[in-house]
Amino acid sequence: MNNQMFAATQLNQKNQRTEKLVQLLFILMASLLILPVLVILATLVVKGGSILSIDFLFTDPTNGMTEGGIFPALLGTIWLVAVALIISVPLGIAAAIYLSEYAPDNWFTRLINLAIINLAGVPSIVHALFGLGAFVVFFGFGTSILSASLTLAIMTLPVVIVSTREALQAVPHSFREACWNMGATRWQTIRRVVLPNAVSGILTGIILEVSRTAGETAPIMFTGAVFFSPFLPQGIMDQTMAMSLHLFVVSTQVPGVPENLPYGVALVLIGMVLLMNSVSIAFRMHLRGKKKW
Amino acid sequence: MLAPSNLSSGCDQAFDQRNLDWYIDKAVQVVVFMGGISAIIFIVGIFLFITKEGMGFLIDTLDLQEFFGSPYWEPSDEDAPEYGILALMAGTASVTGLAMLIAIPFSLGTAIYIAEFATGKTREWLKILVELLAAIPSVVWGFIGLTIMNPLIIELFDVPVGLTVLNAGIILGLMAAPIMTSIAEDALKAVPDRYREAAEAMGATRWQVVFKTVLPAAKNGLLGAILLGVGRGFGETMAVLMATGHAVNIPGSVFDSVRALTATIAAELGETAVGSDHYQVLFTIGIFLFLITFLINLTADLIVRGIRKS
Repeated sequence: MNNQMFAATQLNQKNQRTEKLVQLLFILMASLLILPVLVILATLVVKGGSILSIDFLFTDPTNGMTEGGIFPALLGTIWLVAVALIISVPLGIAAAIYLSEYAPDNWFTRLINLAIINLAGVPSIVHALFGLGAFVVFFGFGTSILSASLTLAIMTLPVVIVSTREALQAVPHSFREACWNMGATRWQTIRRVVLPNAVSGILTGIILEVSRTAGETAPIMFTGAVFFSPFLPQGIMDQTMAMSLHLFVVSTQVPGVPENLPYGVALVLIGMVLLMNSVSIAFRMHLRGKKKW
Repeated sequence: MLAPSNLSSGCDQAFDQRNLDWYIDKAVQVVVFMGGISAIIFIVGIFLFITKEGMGFLIDTLDLQEFFGSPYWEPSDEDAPEYGILALMAGTASVTGLAMLIAIPFSLGTAIYIAEFATGKTREWLKILVELLAAIPSVVWGFIGLTIMNPLIIELFDVPVGLTVLNAGIILGLMAAPIMTSIAEDALKAVPDRYREAAEAMGATRWQVVFKTVLPAAKNGLLGAILLGVGRGFGETMAVLMATGHAVNIPGSVFDSVRALTATIAAELGETAVGSDHYQVLFTIGIFLFLITFLINLTADLIVRGIRKS
């Protein structure tokens, strides 16, 4: 009698079976989402791995881009990312400080948030149109690293703002109150207490932005990046090649490219991006473990 | 040894705090406020500049009925250029539609698994993988469509061309899924634990809790995730440029090649002269894209904000 009372009824058994089935279904879905990507990465490594070498990274493309390395594209991407960061990081951090430390909870702040969401949601090709219309034509910067980086900076600004704001808001309010009680001004509090405690979180966001910026193609196509340039960029008013556009060019625009060349370019690009993201993730986990409050 | 004069000047400062620090504080406030409004300036700037470049044509030359109703896109024809974006819209819609058919079940399924079933290390790793998935640049996805999916589709389905709605739809689905997953997961996490506890206390099993309690409660957030996915698919450029086949065509099946609105701009803008009709009509498409994505993002934001309030 007692045993029967706690034994699974038929309904229980049915429920348990369904439970197992449903769980299996979800595991299947999750793995079906992840699996193709692992297969794709493996294919890239297998097909592009053979061309990778130090020479590939540090020599110029030769013979109508069908041979040689990717150095100008790699250097161009570094230029583009660096200039974009110089523009967007101070601006993004200022915006995040305003939103986290100063902004009242009113319609205007909601408007700013809406603008940030839309800045992130506008198609990259529309950013490209804007960059062309504004920086290349209207301000007369021409197709240059400056125009392309400005376009990239505006496009990736939301990444910096959102991650910095999160890092700032993670600093407990009591820290600020303690500082204010000592007679410090708002800015002294932010500079001496809030920012030092949030700096690693901000850094995580910046690394993430580097990864985003390096992979973008459409915004730089008409604003500063070119298919091929015989010269390395000397300054921000020069045009440049870029990794992402180079991948597009060697895989669609150039005839007679050996098969492993575009795979190699794709591998380097995706390697750069995933490395950045992994660093950012590792950094974040390390932080979470270290947090003092 | 504190001189009285020092003390009194300290007191003065305490009462009238307009010292250097006070001015610095005010200056910083202005600077960060400028940073804050920069987002608004940029979004308005984007709209103004693309309108400035595309508006003249929109008003003077463009026949809106032709623009939205004609399937003929021949902007570089010198004698009788045609500016119909119907086929391009059909291309964008078919690819985005298929992408959502793929991305919605997979992203919601993965989000539910991460938020409700997975524990410990599995959960951490899944989240990391989803985040890395989201980081793959769109040009790399396009390359994958071109070199890996293309031959695969030709072989599997025995069709002559592999750069089709199917190809771009799958690619776009995989691209949109990670973002949708993380937003959907946030929406599920936002459902208070007491809902789950109450359902469990009534004897509901895990999946009953999820289906009858958590999902209805997170409905709006999930809808927001789907909308943002649609916005993503709509605006994606490089991947659809490389994987659709780029043929102006109203698709009859998933094995037809199409051309998307975004890809048209990307492919043609480089060859047009600044200020020409062709150049301007591409900006007009840009205005259209801007308005649509603005509307999608606004709706998604309102829906997601709706749940946060309640």
